[in-house]
Amino acid sequence: MSTVTVQSLLPSGTHYLSGNEAVSEGALAAGCRYYAGYPITPSSEIMERMADRLDEVGGVFAQMEDEIASICSVIGAVWAGARAMTATSGPGFSLMQEAVGYAALTETPMVIADIQRAGPGTGQATRVASGDHMQARWGSHGDYQVITYSPWSVQEMYDLTVEAFNQADRFRVPVFVMGEEAVGHLREQVEVPPQVTLFQREKRAGAPPFGEAGPDGVPSMPSFGEGQNLLVTGSTHDARGFRRTDDPGAHERLVSRINEKIIRARGRIVRTEAHHLDDARVAVVAYGFTARSALYAVRRLRKEGIRAGLLRLQTVWPFAKEEIRTLGRAMDRILVPEMNRGQIAGEVLKSADCEVVPFGQTNGEIIRPDRIEEQLRRLF
Amino acid sequence: MARDLEAYLRAELKATPFCPGCGHGILMNLILRAVDGAGIPMEEMLFVSGIGCAAWIPSPHFRGDTLHTLHGRAIPFAAGAKLFNPALRTLVISGDGDLTSIGGNHLIHAARRDTDLTVICANNQIYGMTGGQAASTSPRGTFTATTNRGNPHRPFDLCRLVRAAGASSVARYAVTQPLALMEGIQRALAVEGFSFLEVLSPCPTQFGRRNRFDTPAEMLRSLMERCVTREEAEQMEAEELGDKIVTGEFV
Repeated sequence: MSTVTVQSLLPSGTHYLSGNEAVSEGALAAGCRYYAGYPITPSSEIMERMADRLDEVGGVFAQMEDEIASICSVIGAVWAGARAMTATSGPGFSLMQEAVGYAALTETPMVIADIQRAGPGTGQATRVASGDHMQARWGSHGDYQVITYSPWSVQEMYDLTVEAFNQADRFRVPVFVMGEEAVGHLREQVEVPPQVTLFQREKRAGAPPFGEAGPDGVPSMPSFGEGQNLLVTGSTHDARGFRRTDDPGAHERLVSRINEKIIRARGRIVRTEAHHLDDARVAVVAYGFTARSALYAVRRLRKEGIRAGLLRLQTVWPFAKEEIRTLGRAMDRILVPEMNRGQIAGEVLKSADCEVVPFGQTNGEIIRPDRIEEQLRRLF
Repeated sequence: MARDLEAYLRAELKATPFCPGCGHGILMNLILRAVDGAGIPMEEMLFVSGIGCAAWIPSPHFRGDTLHTLHGRAIPFAAGAKLFNPALRTLVISGDGDLTSIGGNHLIHAARRDTDLTVICANNQIYGMTGGQAASTSPRGTFTATTNRGNPHRPFDLCRLVRAAGASSVARYAVTQPLALMEGIQRALAVEGFSFLEVLSPCPTQFGRRNRFDTPAEMLRSLMERCVTREEAEQMEAEELGDKIVTGEFV
């Protein structure tokens, strides 16, 4: 695995940005030089900033006719050698799902920021939700794996977007930054480091681009125009890219590899953060903006000597099975507050041996700390 | 001489997947002859296709970079690659259902933006691969798997559509006009901006057998009789033009 350390694009130090602006700046710092998108609330600020900034840094910005064209052109740009991304929200995310499956099967590294709003349907376009996690995991047909980040602050919108680009290239997989409206439109201080370390796409001339896995279980990634006679297809293919649409073995090998390369690397992908867990009896498992309210609630209870704690998921997929299993052994109960009707509580239930209490809220508003505090008190 | 284009084909392949009598083999041949005649090195070419029979013309046959994409989406995939790396001479080859029905919105917007792509639409007037259902290009009254009593709708005039959307170059030829078609492909490849080429290509398996063309030769003969050049059309009365197909350069 080779990396390169480059200067950050923004001057290092403290900046005051919205979460959506921070996604754009994180992407640019990570070397993103192609963005394509379509306007949609509440993610449009990402596109607007990319339109300005890509011009400044010598990248390419394309406003497309819809979200389908946006994600497809990103995949085209990636195979032409770009680090590239798109951003959207609920309805646009739904439109992109077919191409997500294409990216997974062709092992196309790309980043999609989904700034979640209240659904289903058009729902409440300006209101917050966290209801797209199962769609991110299972939105396209067939079996595949993705990596998703769930930032809780503007700082993480920056940092985790950088990491999303690195992990996308490292594992040749689509990676999602699953922001929520509340963090997308939040303004906070962001510390921009002087330098950023970037993973270098593996390129071995002549190596089969869809097989003969490298050190990470990930094949070499050539680009168009390098004389490699690249054969890229979204149909089942062999290591060189030839269609194998009636060969059971070829399909099984390919589907197995694109799943296993992520499952085997779970330990290097999953990110969690523990707060007050050492002597806790009841833990909150939370992610995204809800984890901010959860930490506030846990601290309130701690002041009264109540042994509550928080495990924050910074990645949602692949799921932190091991961490939740360990947590479940140590706790009496786990509370899972989330801005959906229990999408991740179900995953926690699969891994934790203790009692798991879901607490879903789907009213287009953030879950306030006092509601989590009230739920927690009942569990002691 | 007869085998001088083999260098343009992947050595692993021994045959095309097309049905006997399909026009796509002729088109495949002429695309490679056009690239060869224009002197464009294959390393500079990028071939992008969607889903359907025509999408298999470049992928996997052409020995160059090929991108076989999703149904209807060849143009936005191609646009992303071209916009990021303008050195790629990007040629989209796909069918009528793919490019003008499910992908119709991408077609008109790429033409409007005048994205520097060449698009060859192999028009066989039917959904061939899926079993012969009616397309947005099936003539009124024709029989298909989904129009047993005759297609009630009129077809798109693709050249007028793409011209109205603002393309830099628009032309129509049939595979029965091989020299004019090859020269048309060369002209389209040389255009800076969006160039569109509609190529009429017979589908005896799905279209012909349902519409009283008993042999592939009859379909080819019919195309030869119906296709007239713009110059010829200008000399003809409206009645005489009837069901003729006007070919040539429109923009």
